[in-house]
Amino acid sequence: MEKQLYTITENRLVAADTYRLVLSGKGKVDGEFVHLEIPGFYLRRPLSVCDSEEGRFTLLYKTVGEGTKVLATLPEGTQLSVLTGLGRGFDASACSRSALLVGGGLGAAPLYLLAKELKRQGKKVTVVLGFNKADEIVLANEFKALCDGFAIATLDGSVGVKGFVTDAIKGMAGLDYDYFYTCGPMIMMKVVCEALSGPGEASLEERMGCGAGFCYGCSVQTQNGPRRVCKDGPVFKKEEILW
Amino acid sequence: MVKDLSVNLCGKSLRNPVVPASGTFGFGLELADSFDLNVLGGISLKGSTREARYGNPVPRIAEAQSGMLNAVGLQNPGIDVLVNSKVPALRKIYNGCVIANISGFSLDEYRECCAKADTCEGIDIIEVNISCPNVHNGGMAFGTNPNAAAEVTKAVREVCSQKPVFIKLSPNVTDIVAIARACENAGADGLTLVNTFLGMRIDIARRKPILANTTGGYSGAAIFPIALRMVYQVAHACSIPVMGCGGVTSARDVLEMMMAGATAVQVGAENLRNPFACPEIIEALPLEMERLGIQDIKEIIKTV
Repeated sequence: MEKQLYTITENRLVAADTYRLVLSGKGKVDGEFVHLEIPGFYLRRPLSVCDSEEGRFTLLYKTVGEGTKVLATLPEGTQLSVLTGLGRGFDASACSRSALLVGGGLGAAPLYLLAKELKRQGKKVTVVLGFNKADEIVLANEFKALCDGFAIATLDGSVGVKGFVTDAIKGMAGLDYDYFYTCGPMIMMKVVCEALSGPGEASLEERMGCGAGFCYGCSVQTQNGPRRVCKDGPVFKKEEILW
Repeated sequence: MVKDLSVNLCGKSLRNPVVPASGTFGFGLELADSFDLNVLGGISLKGSTREARYGNPVPRIAEAQSGMLNAVGLQNPGIDVLVNSKVPALRKIYNGCVIANISGFSLDEYRECCAKADTCEGIDIIEVNISCPNVHNGGMAFGTNPNAAAEVTKAVREVCSQKPVFIKLSPNVTDIVAIARACENAGADGLTLVNTFLGMRIDIARRKPILANTTGGYSGAAIFPIALRMVYQVAHACSIPVMGCGGVTSARDVLEMMMAGATAVQVGAENLRNPFACPEIIEALPLEMERLGIQDIKEIIKTV
């Protein structure tokens, strides 16, 4: 874990109530999520890393609470204190040749970083994303450009398959994968983990204190006893999760 | 100019007065990769009970103005894991003052846990939590009544022949001085105060408490003046050493707490928003002392 100041180089609306935040600073950020200090708020906010390159990384966030609403008002050039190197992320090496990535809403964000890594390792990547409606869609073009297969489901049917991600998956002819990864609302991940055969992993979410594994504020019960979402996760094997 | 930051707690010398508070620093090991723990004057380890506990359901954390609420509920692997595994592992990388924090739901549990801590080589001080407001079936009752507080103190004092016993006090009481005196008279070697203030937050959109436990302990910068007042009152009413705790966020807060009467100062919630809070405070202390004309930090204890 490291604490550093990063500078906002982009903070703009990209979908309904959804912002893309690019932060610049030294080095390449690793870890599954960063813990962001928002001026005027006591606790940091954990946000999944969507993309990371030398000198900059990208986050997507939705303005759901007071903290993210303030975050959305911060102009380019603002410096933020960021804890990096946090969380145990997706295990790209668990997939031997072909991966299925299933995201719901902003759960798509960390899957993008995973998809890049899987492609770097020469694996086939199929992505299925679910949203409530068209104006909430994020990262569709980025995934299309990167991956071997891509489908979208919207609840209102405004784009892609009408229904849930599982409906879109059913509609994909000849879908072939040896490992799946999912991130999104708990109920969606539960359904995905129960519906999909074969091994896979899911990224959990919980209110956090420290974000670095020492306050035990985000411990959840698992098949293997209590586990800290921030440190032992957020990604867990599907068999380990108690839905 | 070289400043003397060392303090003495019941015969144990600390290289400086800064100690991460129990529950805000795990077992120390979780932070070992982030900075050299040996800069710390001491470490108060996560509270331990006789058996392993999962604690409360999530959400366990809620935000508040200048602070936060927690209802972790004493998640811990149990006293045997503490003394046989956590402390020995910490000792391999840390040579400062190790404080074992003990909780219990009965006098027997306090006795049994404290006896095990007393014979554990790596532990320097035993801190007995009689105040944790997060757990329904215990804690609160002992810490909120002078007689019950004295009873726990006497019980643990009987089984601790080797190590100093500090009693950690709850602030959720009408007269903290009466409880402090009762603990001192019952044989406490020192006092730690304060624990968190019982609080609550509601999610007004869902019309439900944010914490699964409904209530939780409020800590953070907001409570500093109240904690300081209590440290001042207790330190001036008792003659045993006090570890001051509550809302400390800076080197200036440390000095203020010591002037009020604290021999050592614990940093709690601030660690959660800044895991590097303790080393940063310790680094800032000499300069702050220089500004105020303080050569030896011990000189300022209870000078107000």
